[in-house]
Amino acid sequence: MSASSQVPEKAPRPDFIRVEDFSFHYGEKQAIFGIDMAIPENEITALIGPSGCGKSTLLRNMNRMNDLIDGVRHEGDIRLDGVSLYDPSVEVISLRKRVGMVFQKYNPFAKSIYENVVFSLRVAGRNGKRELDETVERALRDSALWDEVKDRLHDSAFGLSGGQQQRLCIARAIANRPEILLMDEPCAALDPLATLKIEELITTLKNRYTIVIVTHNMEQATRCSDRTAFLYMGKLIEYGKTVQIFENPKQEQTESYITGRFS
Amino acid sequence: MPAEIENSRFATTGRSRKGEPLVWLTAAGLAVGVIMALGLFLLILVKGASSFWPKRIELFEVKRGETSEMIAGYVTQTQERKDAEGKPVEELQIFRGNKDVSGEAFIYVDVRDIVSRSAPEKLLLFERLTYGPAIGEAVAIETKDGRTEAAAADFMGKLDALISKSEEIRAKALYIERKQIGKISAEIEEIGFDLKADRITEANAAARKAELEKQFATLKAEADGLNDGMAATNIIYRIADGRERPLPSGQLLSVYTPNSTGFFGRLGEALRRAWHFLKEDPREANTEGGVFPAIFGTVVMTLVMSLFVTPFGVIAAVYLREYAKQGLMVRIVRICVNNLAGVPSIVFGVFGLAFFVYFVGAGIDDTFYSEKLPTPTFGTPGILWASLTLALLTLPVVIVATEEALSAVPRGVREAALACGASKWQTIQRIVLPASLPGILTGVILAMARGAGEVAPLMLVGVVKLAPTLPIDGIAPFIHAERKFMHLGFHIYDLGFQSPDAEAAKPFVYATALLLILVVVTLNLTAILIRNRLKKRFAVSSF
Repeated sequence: MSASSQVPEKAPRPDFIRVEDFSFHYGEKQAIFGIDMAIPENEITALIGPSGCGKSTLLRNMNRMNDLIDGVRHEGDIRLDGVSLYDPSVEVISLRKRVGMVFQKYNPFAKSIYENVVFSLRVAGRNGKRELDETVERALRDSALWDEVKDRLHDSAFGLSGGQQQRLCIARAIANRPEILLMDEPCAALDPLATLKIEELITTLKNRYTIVIVTHNMEQATRCSDRTAFLYMGKLIEYGKTVQIFENPKQEQTESYITGRFS
Repeated sequence: MPAEIENSRFATTGRSRKGEPLVWLTAAGLAVGVIMALGLFLLILVKGASSFWPKRIELFEVKRGETSEMIAGYVTQTQERKDAEGKPVEELQIFRGNKDVSGEAFIYVDVRDIVSRSAPEKLLLFERLTYGPAIGEAVAIETKDGRTEAAAADFMGKLDALISKSEEIRAKALYIERKQIGKISAEIEEIGFDLKADRITEANAAARKAELEKQFATLKAEADGLNDGMAATNIIYRIADGRERPLPSGQLLSVYTPNSTGFFGRLGEALRRAWHFLKEDPREANTEGGVFPAIFGTVVMTLVMSLFVTPFGVIAAVYLREYAKQGLMVRIVRICVNNLAGVPSIVFGVFGLAFFVYFVGAGIDDTFYSEKLPTPTFGTPGILWASLTLALLTLPVVIVATEEALSAVPRGVREAALACGASKWQTIQRIVLPASLPGILTGVILAMARGAGEVAPLMLVGVVKLAPTLPIDGIAPFIHAERKFMHLGFHIYDLGFQSPDAEAAKPFVYATALLLILVVVTLNLTAILIRNRLKKRFAVSSF
């Protein structure tokens, strides 16, 4: 049951996630204006931009988390491997099993470390002890937490440090082997050392998951991501290879934002 | 100089200095509340606990015109009264017992009329089954075989042996009367219903009835024999005016020597009385004996009420908070729920009587107990209907507390659960409800405190002055949800205001009030302990 055998050996699909002319409204307020972008498989894509630019909104639409808010509507489409997320045949629950999510503020459940990791399996009705045990070890190893917690798996998750709790949330998100991992500013509430650990972790996860990460931290985007999209006022200003965006931005707005001269 | 530095360092600005009187005002408000609550509790504690404390019995010689009268008893109260000329006169209220002789257990004596006071050691207090205590000195024990004079060396030992023996016999007689005869009467009753419903032939019924009646007669004879045996032995005692009276040994509960007992002896006597108060059935229109059925009824009713109110309240709150579309309708419902908490409890009593007793109960009778009609089974007030009525009364408390607890569960945790592929119900069931359990239990605790102390609605839907049987006992089907029950709150009202001898009942009012408070506190403490354990298990991080 090694992770590599699970992923079929074939070329990564360049437009694994396709955002097609996507607009999004919170009631009267429009948050996203007709964004088009293609996110390739098994790469890390960073969404950057000032607060309120719509990057979190875009991210939260990729697993339809925004459906929970009253009075929202959207135009255009987001396709996952060619299938629209909004297709009536797509069940939100099964979609969320394919698209894991890590939040800005670490939010483990008030359960043991073990139960936190296997939560997605339990709600899917998979309760076999062997499968659960294997999943816990794999997910915790993948999130570089195993050695720190293997002796206290049945202790409360709240006994962990902030960085550990966030890595536990990552373990929880990958326990069910999603294809995509969405990360909404995963290091915003962590200290620099814990941030570094998470960043290392993200880089190691890249080969197995398609990762979309929202970040305010320019260095983080340069360090971790393969591609970067710069959003401003709900519009996609520039999208390309991270190296190109940071070393040779085509748009003036992008340049002023990444160099900190943004007003 | 140091004071100046201190002042300048911690000097408050003009604005906050202005606020200080308000701080005092709020503190004063709290202080008034705390003092009132503490004062009330202390009053009840002192009065309630002291009602068990045995007092010394004195012998008074009181002037009555030319002659004088001897009165034995203990002072219960000293009060002032205006005499004919308007001068204040001190007056003693003396408990002299012996209600069978004098008719009144209490007597008021003008202090100026008292010629002498003494406390002879030979005065005894006999606790009896009927007429309340007797006060006097022991003369002899009279049996069929002879007489033991009080002067005999082992008189007190013999008396104690007699008491424990008659206690044993009484228990035996009670067992026969309550359990065995009760069972046979129930079976005879059952034959009548079977006959009415054509389940057995008339000949069969008659034969079985005759058989049961024979058993009944045997048992009755046995019980009567036991009681008669106790009546054959008499304790002779002399009351203050010199008359000698016999007391059948079956009537005697205990003997206490008030004037020759030291502090620890009196403490022991007080504890014994308190214990008997807790474990015994009431006697003498509730003014004597104990309150066990009332404690039992209160606890059972409160627990059954919580059993009903918790699931209903939680389910309603989950729908209101989690599923219902938050709009005008939900707001109206919420306002209605909150207003329900303000409806006078007697209104709930009337509703319970009309809906549960006369509608639901009568319906159950028509469907399942038609052979017993017109004697109602469920179509009459009982503990089930009382619990349901109080559950309705306390429902708003649970709903409001649960809604608050649900809304306090952080959004991030819900989103995390949903992002893991949980459905909405799974999220609520596995994450939200466990996290809000402590808050829900707080609501249940408040509901229990409210429900346990409620009296007015109960008077309409099931509480009685004296219930012959407990709602849970050893006779199948063990739980008798249709039975009427006793309740400490109603017991207080009954003792204080409905009792034929209000003076004699007064100490019991305080003792029962103290007990009610203790029962409510115990129930609440148990719930709080459970909540704290759960809090540890389901602690939600602050973020």
